[in-house]
Amino acid sequence: MNARNRELLALVPASLLVAAGFAAVFISRKDLLGGLDGTNEISNASLTYGGMFLALCFATHVVIRFTLPHADPYLFPLVAMLASFGLVEIYRISDAFAGKQAFSFLLGLGVFAATIIVFRDYQVLERYRYVIAMVGLGLLFLPSFFPTVNGAHLSIRLGSFEAQPAEFAKIAIVVFLASYLRDTRQLMVIAGRRFLGITVPPLKHFGPLLVVWGAAMVLLFFIKDIGSSLMFFGALLAMIYVATNRISFVLVGLLLFLAGAMLLAGQVGHIQGRIDAWQDPFDPALYNQQTGGSYQLAQGLFAQADGGILGQGFGGAVLDLPRAYCPDGQVICSLLPAPHTDFVYAVIVNELGLVGAAGLLIVYLLIVQRGMKIAVLARDSFSKLLAAGLTCVFALQVFVIIGGVTKVIPLTGVTLPFVSYGGSSVMANFVLLALLLLISNKARREA
Amino acid sequence: MNTPIRRLFGFIVLMFAVLLGATTWWTVVRAEDLNTDYTSQNRRDLLRGIKIPRGAIRAADGTIIARSRKDAEGVYERRYPEGSLFGHPVGYSFVSLGQSGIEAFYNQELAGGASTTDTILRQLVGNQDGGDDLRTTLEPGAQKLAEELIAQASPEQGGSAVVLDPKTGAVKVMASVPGYDPNAVKSPKAFRALNADELRKPLVNRALQFGYAPGSSFKVVTLVAALDSGEYQPDSRVDGTNDVPISGVPLPNDFGESFGMIDLTTALSKSVNTAFAQIAEDLGGATMGRYMERFGFGAKPELDYPRNAMSAAGEYRDGKLIPPTSRFADVGRMGIGQDKLQVPALQMAQVAAAVANGGKLMRPHVGDRFVDEDGRTTKRIEPEVQSTVMSGETADAVTQMMVAVVESGTGGAAKVPGMTVAGKTGTAETAETGVGTKNNLWFIGFAPADDPQVAFAVTVKDVVGFGGGVAAPIAKQLIEELVK
Repeated sequence: MNARNRELLALVPASLLVAAGFAAVFISRKDLLGGLDGTNEISNASLTYGGMFLALCFATHVVIRFTLPHADPYLFPLVAMLASFGLVEIYRISDAFAGKQAFSFLLGLGVFAATIIVFRDYQVLERYRYVIAMVGLGLLFLPSFFPTVNGAHLSIRLGSFEAQPAEFAKIAIVVFLASYLRDTRQLMVIAGRRFLGITVPPLKHFGPLLVVWGAAMVLLFFIKDIGSSLMFFGALLAMIYVATNRISFVLVGLLLFLAGAMLLAGQVGHIQGRIDAWQDPFDPALYNQQTGGSYQLAQGLFAQADGGILGQGFGGAVLDLPRAYCPDGQVICSLLPAPHTDFVYAVIVNELGLVGAAGLLIVYLLIVQRGMKIAVLARDSFSKLLAAGLTCVFALQVFVIIGGVTKVIPLTGVTLPFVSYGGSSVMANFVLLALLLLISNKARREA
Repeated sequence: MNTPIRRLFGFIVLMFAVLLGATTWWTVVRAEDLNTDYTSQNRRDLLRGIKIPRGAIRAADGTIIARSRKDAEGVYERRYPEGSLFGHPVGYSFVSLGQSGIEAFYNQELAGGASTTDTILRQLVGNQDGGDDLRTTLEPGAQKLAEELIAQASPEQGGSAVVLDPKTGAVKVMASVPGYDPNAVKSPKAFRALNADELRKPLVNRALQFGYAPGSSFKVVTLVAALDSGEYQPDSRVDGTNDVPISGVPLPNDFGESFGMIDLTTALSKSVNTAFAQIAEDLGGATMGRYMERFGFGAKPELDYPRNAMSAAGEYRDGKLIPPTSRFADVGRMGIGQDKLQVPALQMAQVAAAVANGGKLMRPHVGDRFVDEDGRTTKRIEPEVQSTVMSGETADAVTQMMVAVVESGTGGAAKVPGMTVAGKTGTAETAETGVGTKNNLWFIGFAPADDPQVAFAVTVKDVVGFGGGVAAPIAKQLIEELVK
C-alpha cells in the first residue's frame, strides 16, 4: 500500500471518534448544567459541524495526495485525531464555539495549502532568515502595544477579532534558528576557546543567540509570560544541542535562564504571585483572591480528580453554575474558567478520565516521534534542524500547558495544539504541519 | 546530527511521562481527598445533584423534615417544613453552603445516582429518579417539647437533651438550644450572621460538641467502675465527711454537709461528693479510664453523623484530650464530674442507656431505613452492640441505686405517677461558687426502670439552681410524652 492510501485508512479512527463524540454530546446535551452561554439550547444544524470537519479532513488528504505524495503518512491522521478530541470537547462546551472552530479548520486548511504551494522549495526560507527573525520578534512583542486581554499581553483584539501572534512567532523563530545554526554550528565548536574545560563559542557567532535569550527574558519581564519564554528558550537550547551535540552549551544556557528567571521573579510581583498560586492552590487566601489567585488552577485540579480513571463521560463535567447560584451581580459564573482554551485538558480528563488523557498524550508523543523521524531522515542540516526545532517547540507547548494544568510548572495560558479553541492556534499549527510534511516529502522522495 | 535528535526525543518522552505521572497523581492518588475534603471549594457533587430530586427525610412518625422542590429553572432546592425544629440533627444541604448533619452523612443515598459513579449507566437505562427517602428515628412531639422546655429554663445559653432507645440505640430526641432554621442559612448573609454570634453559638450542636462538665451525673460512671471492678458492693461503707482533701485540696459537699460513714446507695441518692471522689481516687486513673472508654469517652461518638461535627467526651487540657491516667488529671474531682471534663449530652445519655440495657451499650443512630419511591425498604440501619460496659448484675445494682435517687434522693422532681424512674442529678459549677451563682444543670436516667424504653440526658447551661430542680422536671415531661 502506498503512503497516501495508508494515510486515508488511518483517518478512519478520527472519523469514528468525531461521529461517536458528536452523537453522545448531542444526546446528553439537554441534561447538562448550562453551557458557556448559560443555555442548553442546541440547534440540530450543529451536528453538521462534525460532518464539515470530516469533509475538511478528506479535503486536506486530497491536497497532500496531489502536492506531497511522498510525505509521512501518519502525521496528518494523528493531527486529525487530536482535532477530533478538541472539536468534540468544544462542541460539548458550546455548539456556537464548535461552529467557529470548524470554520477555523477551514481557514487552517487554506493556510496549509498556501504554505505548501508558496514554500514548495522551503529552503528559500534560509535566504530571508534575518527578515524572518525580525518578523518573529515583532509578532512576539506586538501585543504589548495593545490593551491587555484577560490581564495579559498574550493576544490582540481588533473589534471582535482576536489573534495570538505568538503562535506564529514560534515558527518564525525556529526557522531563523535552524538557518542560523546551520551556518555557525561548525564554527561554534571549532573556533571556540576552551575555558575551564568548557568550549566557549566566539561571541561573534553566539551573539544572535544571546538575542533570543534576551527575548525570552524580556518576554518574562514585560509580557509576564513564564510559559512562552520557557517554550522559546527550550527550543533554542534543544536546537543548539542538535546542531553542536554539546551538552555543555545546554547546561550553560539553562543556568543563564535560571539566573535571569530568579532575578526577575524577585522583581516582578506578578510572577511571584503566579508562583505562590502554583505552590499552594488550595490556600483559601490565594483561592479567594479576586485576580491572579489560584481559583482557576484549583478548579482544574478538582475537575481532574472528578474525572478519575475512567472519567464522567462526554457531558459529565460540571463547568458552570446555574444562574440561581451565581454570586450577586455576576452574569456568567463559570466553575471552571476558560474550559475551551487553557483548561481544555482538565475538561478532557474530567470527561474521559486518566485513560482518555493517556490516549491524548500518546497521540502527541506519536506526532513528536514522526517529527523526529522526519528530522533523522532529512539529508541536509537545515532540514534536520528545522524539523527537530518545529517538533520540539510543538512538544514544549504541550508540556507548558498540560504541565501548568497538572501543577507540574507554574500555569501559563498557551493553547493545547490542535485541541484548544482558537483560530490563530489552528492556523499556526497547520503551517507547522505543512512545513514538517514538506521536509518529509523531500527526504522520502530522495530516499 | 542523528544521535542528538534521538536523545532529544528520549528527553521529550521523559517529559511526557512526567505529564502522565502528574495526571495520575490528580486522578487516582489525590482524587479521593480532592473530591471529598474540600467541600467549600469543590461542590461538583452538589451541583450535579441539583438536577435530580434528593430523597426526603422524615421523622419516625412520617412527618416530612426535608424535601426537594423544583424551581422555574428546573433546579431542585431543599426545603425544611419544620423550620428550626430539626436544624441540629438533620442539618442542611445547599449548593451555596455545602452540607451538614444527617444530610451530609447520608448524602450518597439521598442523592442517588447524582454523586456516584454509575451516572452514565443510570442515564443509559433512563433511571434518573433521584435518591431514596430516609426515615429517621426522631420523634417530633418530644423534640419540640424538649426545645421549648430548655429554652424556657435558659433563654440565654440554652442547653441540650438527648433521648435514646436503650435497646436499639435509636435517637428519639436530639435537641440543642439555641437552634437555627435551615431554610434561612441558604442566604450567605444570614449564615455569616449566625456563625458570628459568639455569645449564643446557634450553629453548634450541643448534643455532640461543646461539652460541659457533667457534675454529679458522672457519679454513675464512677459507681459502675466501683461495682463492676468488684472493689465495692452496694452496701460498702464509704466516708462522706465534709472537706476531705482530694489531690491535696479539701473538697466540700453541697451546703458543706457532713454525712460520716454511709453506704454506697445513700452516697448516690444524696450525691455525696467526698465519698465518690475518694472512690475514684481509690480505683485509680487506669480503672476509671477503662470504664470511661467502654462508655464511649475518649473517642468521637459512633453516631451516623459527620465526624468533624462531633467531639470526644473526656478530660481536656489546653484544648487537647488527655487520658485519666495523665499526671494533669485530678482523678478524684473527675470522679464527681468536675475537674477538666467536657461531655456533650449524647455521651451522658449513652451512660444511662448502657445501664438501662443490662450493661450493653448500643451504637447510636438517627437513620432508621431508606425507602425507594415504590415504598420498598432498600437499606435498614440495624441495631448493633457498641460495647459491653458492665455485667448484668452491676447494671441491676446501679439501676436500683438510681431508682433510689428519684424515689428518695435529689431526683424527686422526675417522679412519674405509676412508673419507676431511674435517674441521677448533676450540678456543675461554672465559675466561683456562692449563693446565686450560675451552674450547668444535668439530669440523666431511664424509664420505666423495669423495662426501659427511653434513656436520656438533659442539660441546661448557666442557670441558678440545681439539676434536680431544673433538669429533672424537663426529663419527667419527656418521659410522659414518649412512654405511653
